[in-house]
Amino acid sequence: MITIKNVNKSFGDHHVLTDVSLEVPKSNVIALIGPSGAGKSTLIRTINALEPVDNGEITVDGISIHDKKTDINVARTNIGFVFQSFNLFPFLTALENVTMAPIKVKGLSKEEAEKRGKELLTSLGLADKFDAYPNRLSGGQQQRVAIARALAMDPQVMLFDEPTSALDPEMVTEVLDAIRKLAKDGMTMVVVTHEMGFAKEICDEIVFMAEGKIVERAAPSKFFTNPDTQRAQDFLSKVLNH
Amino acid sequence: MYQYDWSVISRNMDVFIEGALKTLEISAISILLAIPIGILFGLGRISKNKIVFIISSAYIEIMRGVPLLVLLIWIFYVLGQFFSLGSYWGSITGLSLFAGAFIAEIVRSGIQGVPKGQMEAARSLGMSHTKAMIHIILPQAFRRVLPPLASQFIMLIKDSSLISVIAASELTLAAKNLVATSFRSIEVWTFVALIYFIMTFSLSLIIRYFEKRLLKGEA
Repeated sequence: MITIKNVNKSFGDHHVLTDVSLEVPKSNVIALIGPSGAGKSTLIRTINALEPVDNGEITVDGISIHDKKTDINVARTNIGFVFQSFNLFPFLTALENVTMAPIKVKGLSKEEAEKRGKELLTSLGLADKFDAYPNRLSGGQQQRVAIARALAMDPQVMLFDEPTSALDPEMVTEVLDAIRKLAKDGMTMVVVTHEMGFAKEICDEIVFMAEGKIVERAAPSKFFTNPDTQRAQDFLSKVLNH
Repeated sequence: MYQYDWSVISRNMDVFIEGALKTLEISAISILLAIPIGILFGLGRISKNKIVFIISSAYIEIMRGVPLLVLLIWIFYVLGQFFSLGSYWGSITGLSLFAGAFIAEIVRSGIQGVPKGQMEAARSLGMSHTKAMIHIILPQAFRRVLPPLASQFIMLIKDSSLISVIAASELTLAAKNLVATSFRSIEVWTFVALIYFIMTFSLSLIIRYFEKRLLKGEA
C-alpha cells in the first residue's frame, strides 16, 4: 500500500533522511520508533507530502506522491493524517471540523457529510460532543475528533505523528483504543510513537530509526526481546528500564 | 468678551445632517473598497511570487510613507489631469487606497498569526492552498484582525475630514463654509467635533457587538 524508495532529505547541511526505503503492505500497522531527531516525524510527513523530499520515490496505493504530475490534493484524500498537536479548527464545532473537508473537497451534501460525521464521532465515543468547540474538549477528546476528521475522507491509509505525545497520561488510553479499533478493522497505518507497549501489542512491524536512517526492522516480539543492532538495544534499555 | 450663540447650530441643523451623511457615505464606500484592496495586497505581501510580493510591498510602503493630505491633493491635481475623477471620486480613491494599505498590513499579520498547523491540517485533508485559505485560514485571521480593523475604520471616518481640501462636500467642508458666513467658529467646530465623536463611537460599539456575537461559544 505504501512504498518508500531511497528517500533522501536534508535541511541545509543536516541530513534528516538518508536513503530510506520501506514498504507497508495493505492492512499492516507499522510503528516508527527511535530517539528524537531520528527523522521519524519527517519521514511520516513525507508520505503525504507535507514535507518535500530531495530525491527518491513514495507511492501510496500506486500513486507517486512527490511526482509533479500527481494532483497532491486528490492523493491526500486517500491518506489520513493525525498530528501530535491535533490541529483542530478552533472556530468550528467538533462536527463541523469533521464535515468541512468532505463538503468542500469531496462535494458531499451537508446532510450526507453530517450523517457520516455523526457516525464517526459516535463510534469514537463523542456522541455528546457534536456541537462542542475544540477549546471545550479535553486533549483526548480533541485528538479523537481529529481522528474522526481524517477518517471522514474515507482514506485507505492513516498516518499518526506522535498522536499521544501531547496528552495527559490518563487520556492516552482513549486515543490508543481508537487506533487499536482501526487496526482491527484492517486500516493500513503508520504510527510514530513512544508508547512501546502499544507498539508491541498492535503493530505488525517495528521500524527503528536513528540519525535519519532505518536501523532495524523486525516483528514486535523479536524487536522488543532480542533486537539485532546495538543501537536498538541501547535505545530499548533506555526507554524500557525506567 | 465673546458672546456665545448656539442657535447657529439649531438654525443650520440641515447643513450638519447633510454634511454628516456625506461623510458617512464617502467613508462607507471607501471602507468597502479598501477591504478587498487590503485583502488582495495583504495576501500579496505573503505571496511566494516575487513580483506579486514586490508590487504589494511597494504599494504598502508608498501609501504608508505619503501623508494622506498630500496623497489626496496629488490624486486630485495630478491624476485628475488624466481621469475625470472629480472631488467625490477623487476623495474615495485616495481614502480607499490609503486605508487599503493599512488594512493589507493588518490582514498580513492576521494571516501570519494563524498557527502553521492549521494550514497543514487543511492541506492534509486534501484542500488546495486556496481552499484552505478561504475556508480555514481567513476565517481565523478575520477574528484576529477585527479589533485593529475597527480602529482602521474609525481612522478612516476621521481622515475623511481631510477631503475638504479638495472641495469634496462633507461635514468638515460644510462647517468651514458655515463658519465663513456666520463667524461662529467656536460653536460650529465644537458641534462638528461632537458629531465626529458620535459617529466613530457608535461604529466602535457596533463592531464590538459583532465581535462578541462572532466569538460566542468559541472563546
